[in-house]
Amino acid sequence: MLDINDLRVSVDGKPILNGLSLHVKAGEVHAIMGPNGSGKSTLAQVLAGRDSFQVDGGTVTYDGEDLLTQPAEVRARAGVFLAFQYPVEIPGVSNAYFLKAAVNAVRRHRGLQELDAMDFLKRVKSEMKAVGMKEEFLYRSVNEGFSGGEKKRNEVLQMTLLEPKLAVLDETDSGLDIDALKVVADGVNRLRAPDRALIVITHYQRLLDYIVPDYVHVLANGTIVRSGGPELAAELEERGYAWLAKAPEEQAKGVTT
Amino acid sequence: MSQVEIWQDQYRVRAQGLPGATLPWLVTLRERAMERFVAMGWPTRRKEDWHHTSLAFLEGQTFKVPMRGAAPPEESLMGRLREGGAGHWLVFVNGWFNAALSQIGSLPEGATVDTMPQALIGHAERVEAHYGSAEDGGSPAALNAALATDGAYVHLARGVAVEAPIHLVFIATIAEGASHVRNLVIAEDGAEATLVEHYLGTSATATLTNAVTRIHAGADSRITHLKLQQEAEQALHLASIDTQQGRGSVFNSHSLSFGARLARNDITTRFAGEHCETLFNGMYHVDGKRHVDHHTVIDHALPHGVSREYYRGILDGSARGVFSGRIKVAPGAVKSDAMQRADSLLLSRQAEADARPELEIYAADVKCAHGATVGQIDDDSLFYLRARGMDEAHARNLLTYAFAAEALARIGVAPLRNRARAALLARLPGGHLLEELTS
Amino acid sequence: MNAATKNIDSFLDREYSAGFVTDLESDSLPKGLSEATVRAISAKKHEPAFMLEWRLEAYRHWLTMTPPHWAQVGFPAIDFQDIVYYAAPKQKKDGPRSLDEVDPELLRTYEKLGVPLHERARLAGVVAVDAVFDSVSVGTTFQKQLAEKGIIFCSFSEAVREHPDLVRQYLGSVVPPGDNFYAALNSAVFSDGSFVYIPKGVRCPMELSTYFRINAQDTGQFERTLIIADEGAHVSYLEGCTAPMRDENQLHAAVVELVALKDARIKYSTVQNWYPGDKDGKGGIYNFVTKRGDCRGDRSHISWTQVETGSAITWKYPSVVLRGDDSVGEFYSVALTNNRQQADTGSKMTHMGRNTRSTIISKGISAGHGSNTFRGLVKVTPKAENARNYTQCDSLLIGEQCAAHTFPTIEAGNPSARVEHEATTSRIGEDQLFYAMQRGLSAEDAVSMIVSGFCKEVFKELPMEFAVEAQNLLGVSLEGSIG
Repeated sequence: MLDINDLRVSVDGKPILNGLSLHVKAGEVHAIMGPNGSGKSTLAQVLAGRDSFQVDGGTVTYDGEDLLTQPAEVRARAGVFLAFQYPVEIPGVSNAYFLKAAVNAVRRHRGLQELDAMDFLKRVKSEMKAVGMKEEFLYRSVNEGFSGGEKKRNEVLQMTLLEPKLAVLDETDSGLDIDALKVVADGVNRLRAPDRALIVITHYQRLLDYIVPDYVHVLANGTIVRSGGPELAAELEERGYAWLAKAPEEQAKGVTT
Repeated sequence: MSQVEIWQDQYRVRAQGLPGATLPWLVTLRERAMERFVAMGWPTRRKEDWHHTSLAFLEGQTFKVPMRGAAPPEESLMGRLREGGAGHWLVFVNGWFNAALSQIGSLPEGATVDTMPQALIGHAERVEAHYGSAEDGGSPAALNAALATDGAYVHLARGVAVEAPIHLVFIATIAEGASHVRNLVIAEDGAEATLVEHYLGTSATATLTNAVTRIHAGADSRITHLKLQQEAEQALHLASIDTQQGRGSVFNSHSLSFGARLARNDITTRFAGEHCETLFNGMYHVDGKRHVDHHTVIDHALPHGVSREYYRGILDGSARGVFSGRIKVAPGAVKSDAMQRADSLLLSRQAEADARPELEIYAADVKCAHGATVGQIDDDSLFYLRARGMDEAHARNLLTYAFAAEALARIGVAPLRNRARAALLARLPGGHLLEELTS
Repeated sequence: MNAATKNIDSFLDREYSAGFVTDLESDSLPKGLSEATVRAISAKKHEPAFMLEWRLEAYRHWLTMTPPHWAQVGFPAIDFQDIVYYAAPKQKKDGPRSLDEVDPELLRTYEKLGVPLHERARLAGVVAVDAVFDSVSVGTTFQKQLAEKGIIFCSFSEAVREHPDLVRQYLGSVVPPGDNFYAALNSAVFSDGSFVYIPKGVRCPMELSTYFRINAQDTGQFERTLIIADEGAHVSYLEGCTAPMRDENQLHAAVVELVALKDARIKYSTVQNWYPGDKDGKGGIYNFVTKRGDCRGDRSHISWTQVETGSAITWKYPSVVLRGDDSVGEFYSVALTNNRQQADTGSKMTHMGRNTRSTIISKGISAGHGSNTFRGLVKVTPKAENARNYTQCDSLLIGEQCAAHTFPTIEAGNPSARVEHEATTSRIGEDQLFYAMQRGLSAEDAVSMIVSGFCKEVFKELPMEFAVEAQNLLGVSLEGSIG
């Protein structure tokens, strides 16, 4: 579904990703771990189409098409979803309106009928219940004045409503207490399906206790230095990242697909 | 005699005796500056910059430039001021350097701390390059350019850091004495220093201080400037501090004003390189019939500049506080980030606070915000303290102190912070009671 | 500049749909201004002597004044002798006695502008309209129904003739003839405008509105509006304006005076859509307006709401003098400047009574080479106990060449005052655009959504009738903004 080959990305002339390759098939869940500054969030943003990064080389294909040339909204409509590490506040715009506009933009693209206000509300309210959000959040401005946990729930809610094919969760667990973490994990797990792939970016192994990945990759200095199964996450938890960063060349093996 | 005639007269009498009177460029500059002052006179309220501050009371007031060495202050004054504090001390009395009261400690190589007359002899070319022109600033600055008698000269070569603060102390002791001092600070790339300008007065009758300080902060230099203005009740104080910042430089300005019948401060910095940073921090506490006016300009002339400005004013009695802060973002100065706050506390019915925070923005990709408030001591806080047994006067003082303390906390150099704090406590009725609470 | 922001400029480039010219013969004075011009205008309107005297005094005062200079606004000097001060559509007799007699060409013009000059109720409610075309009012609707409640709603000319005592009592009592250069000019040569009087205790049953249209070439429009709400009266008044597209600049110098007596409420809403000039800044209206309200009585309330999208240059500061105890003044503004437009606008709140409150909410949007300046003054006089002001002033920058300035002044002379000012200036958030686009919205929809969110605090103050027009002008949808 997603093939990243030798991706090199810089910002203001400073290289962030240095020849990163990753291959994700439908139905798989990949976890990407790594120390701060290793390029995890950059990868997420580049996949979603943020244009403040400079792509210096490499390719990214999604469903056989070149992803990098497409603007953000086209990627979104084609099913690429990014759960933001720092969800953005949009003052004055109600969450309900924002969600409905997004859902219908995606539905139009998929040739589905747009939801009317009634159907939309019915749908959104039931999903909100599932992620433990109060209805009042529908009528507040997008993310404005939300706590960290509320913002993350809002991201999961959007993900559920937009039914992406490829969801990238950028440190969705950071700053969450254990209850909120369970809600987030639960939302993600409900989304797992044979035609859907997930990339879970996290700093901590904790989230992976709840979302068990098929593969775990370690990102350091802008490249994947090690890949393995879920047991790798546990090892990282125990030993930290330092032992990997020391000898990246040795550790970097061909990435499993 | 009219004000203009008084100064023309002074200029005629004194020009020959001013330092550097043999340097043609300086003579020309003085002539031109005097012409400019004569053409403009003192600013009137019709000028937008002076809308809230009137110099009309000067009409009929005579001043003269005192002679060098006249009326020295008592020797013990400096001891009290210094309190054994480290650093370099240049003392100017009535606009003239006083060697007996001054003391310059050991300086690293590449650092020069001297007086302006000496610099005009030893470093004439460098002084000329940075002295400024007759056209700088308003008419008080022009008068300064024409009549400046003395001042400090600081030069820091590339990468030189002077650790201990360089104190410039200006004392007015003579009735109707006028001090025109001009200070020049040249910090080459990467240099670092802290400067203090401290203005004091012992004369019970009117004095005039008209000071200009010019600072050239080279690339990546770090300059901290603190101005402490504590003159006598009848003093008139006009001062401007003009800074040019090179790429990546950091300039911190602190202005604390407590005195004078009228004190006007023009503080300006210009980002002449990218990635400059500045902090403008100010606090004033005035009572009686005093008047304090701060006009600041932060000029984001080039991209990626960051500025933070905080002014807090406390007005008691019939005092008036004026704050006007302008943030300019030039066309193309993208990624400028400016934040400004001006808060005033009115303690009495007759006091007045005027605030004019201004944003003037010609570039799109910027982030700027300002806020201003005027209010009185919060009733809830007052009640809370009283409910804990504090008497009302004391509670008021504490809350007033707390309002100002935020400004003091931004002064990074501890001895200077303590000095500023002591000056504030001395102004608060019952301030001594607060010392233990706040130390 | 990224792909998203590139779309923003095109988003704001709307056709000016009111730019057509109505082909009518007009009865005009020759260009130029002198005492004779003032006398001629007064004579054409069959004014009583006191009115002519008042005009002449204003004119003589004007001669002594110099045009104001504004640091952030640039335009060539205006030649006041090159302006036509009076132009009216030619009429067969003395003027139409009723709406049925109005020239059908004129009616069609207003129809085309979406302004109903018939007395059928509209979907959004009933609105009475006074239609001012160049220098004269061409018709006022619902006068009869309003008169039954004692409400006077008529053209200014009619008020001078029919209600001279009210005009004499209140004209110039809020904005004196010598207040400023353009107010003096207006006082000398004003040709028409609307007059409203709401008697004691009456709540006006419908929205009142005036629609100003400049049509004739080289003509200045100098209208005068005077609204008096007597004790306990309530009124909501709307004002709209358009002009044809012409290459020359045209001057519009209006004066609006509002008087609110004890317990009265006046809500004054403006959607200003004068021709803004073309992309390169050619043509467009100079809109120099003095608007001031006087909260003369205790507990009176005056609220200004404006959406400013037109004019080459706008210069106006709708203000409130809070004289009565517990009186309230409000100012809500959205000003959009695009291409070469310049807007210098803001508000003055003068607190004089006890427990007076004022609010200023200003939203400036600068695009293209547009320049937007907010100028404000909040003055608390020594006797104004417990005055409260809150000012919020936000600028949204779109495009690379625009400018936004904020010049508020606070003068607080009473320690019980609490005055707060907050201002922000920011580029339309790239983060916000990216976030919305990542959820599948197009760049244009994302911008529209963000702009409407930015303006929502002002839009919610507009009467429904106008809110729709405002959103059309700004090209934004109100659906998403929280009401």
